[in-house]
Amino acid sequence: MSLKRMTSQELAHKVINGDRLFILDVRNTDEFDHWRIEGKGIEIINEPYFNLLEGVDHLAKSLPKDEPILTVCAKGGSSEFIGEQLVDAGFEQIYSLEGGMKAWSEHLEPVKIASFDHGGALYQFVRLGKGCLSYMLVSDGQAAVIDATRMIDVYQDFAKKRSLTIKYIFDTHLHADHISGGRALAEAIGASATYYLPPKDAEEVTYSYEPLVEGHNVVVGQSKINVQPIYSPGHTIGSTSFVIDDKYLLTGDILFVESIGRPDLAGKAEAWVADLRETLYNTYQQLSKELIVCPAHFSHMSEMDGTGAVKATLGELFKKNEGLQVHDEETFRKMVTENLPPQPNAYMDIRQVNMGKHKPNIEQQREMEMGPNRCAVHYKLRRME
Amino acid sequence: MAIKVNQVLDAKGLACPMPIVKTRKAINELEPGQVIEVQATDKGSTADIQAWAKSTGQHYLGTVEEDHVLKHYLRKGSLDEEKEVAKHPYTIDLDSLRKKIEGDEKITLLDVREPAEFAFGHIPGAQHISLGELEERFEELNQEDDIYVICRTGHRSDMASRQLTEKGLSQVINVVPGMSEWQGAIEKE
Repeated sequence: MSLKRMTSQELAHKVINGDRLFILDVRNTDEFDHWRIEGKGIEIINEPYFNLLEGVDHLAKSLPKDEPILTVCAKGGSSEFIGEQLVDAGFEQIYSLEGGMKAWSEHLEPVKIASFDHGGALYQFVRLGKGCLSYMLVSDGQAAVIDATRMIDVYQDFAKKRSLTIKYIFDTHLHADHISGGRALAEAIGASATYYLPPKDAEEVTYSYEPLVEGHNVVVGQSKINVQPIYSPGHTIGSTSFVIDDKYLLTGDILFVESIGRPDLAGKAEAWVADLRETLYNTYQQLSKELIVCPAHFSHMSEMDGTGAVKATLGELFKKNEGLQVHDEETFRKMVTENLPPQPNAYMDIRQVNMGKHKPNIEQQREMEMGPNRCAVHYKLRRME
Repeated sequence: MAIKVNQVLDAKGLACPMPIVKTRKAINELEPGQVIEVQATDKGSTADIQAWAKSTGQHYLGTVEEDHVLKHYLRKGSLDEEKEVAKHPYTIDLDSLRKKIEGDEKITLLDVREPAEFAFGHIPGAQHISLGELEERFEELNQEDDIYVICRTGHRSDMASRQLTEKGLSQVINVVPGMSEWQGAIEKE
């Protein structure tokens, strides 16, 4: 037997399907503790590759004999090295994750979450490795992309295969946890695409953009899929949500399935608490409870349904989401300003990049985006049992 | 900065796991206490080399970045150093040493660690002659002063203290344990 490879896409399908998979992560333990592959069917252990250079014997008893084992490292080199050693030690079904956590962190899995009655569809692009969700709304040969990641090829290839022209590109807010691909995507497409950003988040940006404001609806395709911006500050001062076709509510980083957005990533937690509360407990409260909430992030695999989609009705969230059950204002203030999870990796730098003030190369961009997103208030490190 | 080392390993351009695989091989060929400089361009090597050193008992000294090359300094560990050894009859603890340094009395503090260890942090004003060079260079010391000898754990300074006593110096005091526990001021090169 020889070592086999597994792509991020193959892994993504296993994670989404909840398939059982045993993973040996050979990165150093600090990195493993910081972030790792998660999923309902995933059993994962960590042993740094440098402890396995002398041989894998001491680890062999902790590994299953009769099922596939996926070795994972940062970029794919060490997992291959250790994978070969396991093959030599007599293990028969050893796979190495191609490109390692780097590739996993960059993989986007498109999941169709809606087909509209009068034609058109809404796709959620799930970035499993980082918990980011972006969207493509498709209708009549036209497309709109919302909260694009920096992997803009994925959206372009997706559109090309379906003969779609990407006309509108939106960022719901100035992101702090990942580098936006919005502007780069608009530049790559050229004059036929327009990039929209909420003006209140764009005070320091160095590039031109179209202001994304309430009252200026956009229609995608001939079949008139209506995209209605709703000003919903709190995570940032400009945060804007979208109601699409009166059925879907794209909440950006304001409301997630199991948690709510944090107001502190621009250093203004105290100032933005009132905005966050107003958006969640008043603006959203007045919307139809039938709307299907589609957030820009997820923190836990439990937020994902069996198809890989992350969504829930607004009514359901008003019943179940802990962040929407805090009726005392002072308790709410404390919850969203105290004992917050650690801030996302390099979030200050990432904001600078998204403002256009700083232009890192691709390696530096990857470095900045390392680790989980942590845009939610309720982030808990959950270990897979 | 240029730091004198026993061996330089070129692992530039190599991706993980090769920098560690090569370091491990190279360090196997060194004597305990010798210092290696590992040159690497893989960003992940800094965290990995530290963790690897810790798990294998090597002594990680530090990393400097020059022209996009990471230079990691490691000293091969030795079991002897971790044992309690104080054969030289005169010793001083770190608190008392600190008082001496802060006091008016003129003392010589001799640091006998390797150049790379000295470069990554030493007590301000310390004179540096590594243990291996002491035989040739001991005359540079001011023999009128009380000479306090320090290393990382007290093991090499014990050997140095005995060596200096054999050369006829009479006021030689070994500092125990050494820089590994030093809480006072540190100066880097």
